[in-house]
Amino acid sequence: MLKKISKLPFKGTPEQEAGLKAVIAECAGNKSLLMHVMQQAQGIYGYLPFEVQAMIADGMDIPLEHIYGVSTFYAQFALAPKGKYNISVCLGTACYVKGAQAVLDKVQAILGIGSGECTDDGQFSMEACRCIGACGLAPVMMINDDVYGNLVPDQIPGIIEKYRTA
Amino acid sequence: MAVKPLTDTEFYKKQTRLALRNCGVIDPESIEEYFAVDGYQALAKALTQLTPEQVIQIMKDSGLRGRGGGGFPTGLKWSFTAANTADQKYVVCNADEGDPGAFMDRSVLEGDPHAIVEAMAICGYATGAAVGYIYVRAEYPIAVKRLEIAIAAAKARGLLGKNIFGSGFDFELHIRLGAGAFVCGEETALMTSIEGNRGEPRPRPPYPAVKGLFGKPTTENNVETFANVPQIILRGAEPFAAMGTEKSKGSKVFALGGNIKNTGLVEIPMGTKLREVIEEIGGGIPNGHTFKAVQTGGPSGGCIPAAYMDIEIDYDNLSAIGCMIGSGGMIVMDDSKCMVDIARFFLDFTVDESCGKCSPCRIGTKRMLEILDKIIAGNGTLEDVDKLEELAYHIKENSLCGLGQTAPNPVLATLRFFRDEYIAHVTEHRCPAGVCKAMLTYKIDPEKCIGCTLCARVCPTGAINGTVKQPHVIDPEKCIKCGACETACKKVHAVYRA
Repeated sequence: MLKKISKLPFKGTPEQEAGLKAVIAECAGNKSLLMHVMQQAQGIYGYLPFEVQAMIADGMDIPLEHIYGVSTFYAQFALAPKGKYNISVCLGTACYVKGAQAVLDKVQAILGIGSGECTDDGQFSMEACRCIGACGLAPVMMINDDVYGNLVPDQIPGIIEKYRTA
Repeated sequence: MAVKPLTDTEFYKKQTRLALRNCGVIDPESIEEYFAVDGYQALAKALTQLTPEQVIQIMKDSGLRGRGGGGFPTGLKWSFTAANTADQKYVVCNADEGDPGAFMDRSVLEGDPHAIVEAMAICGYATGAAVGYIYVRAEYPIAVKRLEIAIAAAKARGLLGKNIFGSGFDFELHIRLGAGAFVCGEETALMTSIEGNRGEPRPRPPYPAVKGLFGKPTTENNVETFANVPQIILRGAEPFAAMGTEKSKGSKVFALGGNIKNTGLVEIPMGTKLREVIEEIGGGIPNGHTFKAVQTGGPSGGCIPAAYMDIEIDYDNLSAIGCMIGSGGMIVMDDSKCMVDIARFFLDFTVDESCGKCSPCRIGTKRMLEILDKIIAGNGTLEDVDKLEELAYHIKENSLCGLGQTAPNPVLATLRFFRDEYIAHVTEHRCPAGVCKAMLTYKIDPEKCIGCTLCARVCPTGAINGTVKQPHVIDPEKCIKCGACETACKKVHAVYRA
């Protein structure tokens, strides 16, 4: 899976850097905690720009090449910022069988972006995601932490509008 | 009218809940409630009354087999690790439930996290390990939170840590989060991931029992396997071994989903007939459709067609027809589904999730996907179908890990039971279920059309012509087959797929 790598200039605040340094200080010396540090870093910055990966490399004493390898291997590590509202449409089997593709197409048509992309105003990003384990509610999508189940494409405009005006 | 007890409803009547016994019954965030249902009694019994050898013997006698998909006997697995001497050994719980359509592990972790903590400590005692890791999917934040609460509560009560129950046995437990890689459900890849690397599998041998996590002997079991352990130790092997079929003992949780009336987790004794699951527990197929097949085992599994409705579900019966229980996903499909499209769906998944380490899987699955795309686009030939099958066998035999070895299964299973659909795609350029868009034309039945103009108004390309109250016609040159007209024509159903 090819990842989108952001070309936006890196904008980190001193608070963010202090937060990351604290996480690294806690975990330095235990290389098996690398993924934990990267997950925390993504929580702080929203994604993993190269500058952040370099900070982790220095702090954990792990080659940057290794960190880049890990960040590109796992689907959850983002190398480009996500929108204020990230929409994940589940494409697990149960959802697919119950029409998730039509839901996905509708979301893309409304936002005018493809999977893994972000709208120009930074409001919405969207992705097709792996099974979120809510198969009884198929088809399902998530907007940040809110779960929407038993969807039909006609509901999508209303749901997205709710966030647009929020 | 009196309300029926839950266990009298059609959905629950035929179920026997062992692994799920506490889910939805106790408060998962309260260790006291777990105590009230015999919590940690099994650990106490193991540590104070049984030797590690006796614990392993009980596990062997119970006949419990790995519930993650492999079906390897659990007691035997534990005995391999126990037989190796090392300064450090590990217990790993595989909670990286990646199969789309399976969610029993999430349910156990969220509903009964202490059962996993207790079982892992028992496994640690039996195999001589003092440290355990639970590797959980990052997609399951509630499961992670409840495990953290459970581990902290167990530690505070002295049920984890040093000298548990005064027996001299020490055990500590750590949680590690996955980051969205399906291959990490493979045991060696999971260990590589815990070590902080790209989750690529390692060649076996050496097996994890000899050289596993951090190069030390390791026992790895799935969540559902562990969930069965405390009851087996507490009640003895017999009640568990008395359930199920000759070679598959106990019960298994299935995640019933797809085109079926009642969806949810279903725990049934091994040997239950598929028909009972679909028709009685599941309540049959809704919306006037008929049953076509049930997909089991996710991207590694196959499908069972209607002809095998009376099959008794267990490990061996399913593998005999080229299918597998897998982690227990059971997706029901009705007659509106195209099996070539379903096979393509799974292959698209495995191509995306192939880690890229070995070439049969990395390149082979990609080539298979290309052939399927060609067939679905209406450009396939009979030779393509043969090539697809040949490629499938090569990938199965030559891939490094379970992901690649099972990746062609959805194609092989659909070729086995639904070859006629493939043939229709390549020889007649026709999709029998009317799913594959390239082979589809939308038409309007002039007999049914009342000329309401609704379809013409929703058509995004202006492909529908006609005057009010006169039958409309679709221009196939302009039609993009979006299906909007079919959805709009709700009243008279004049739009149909040909």
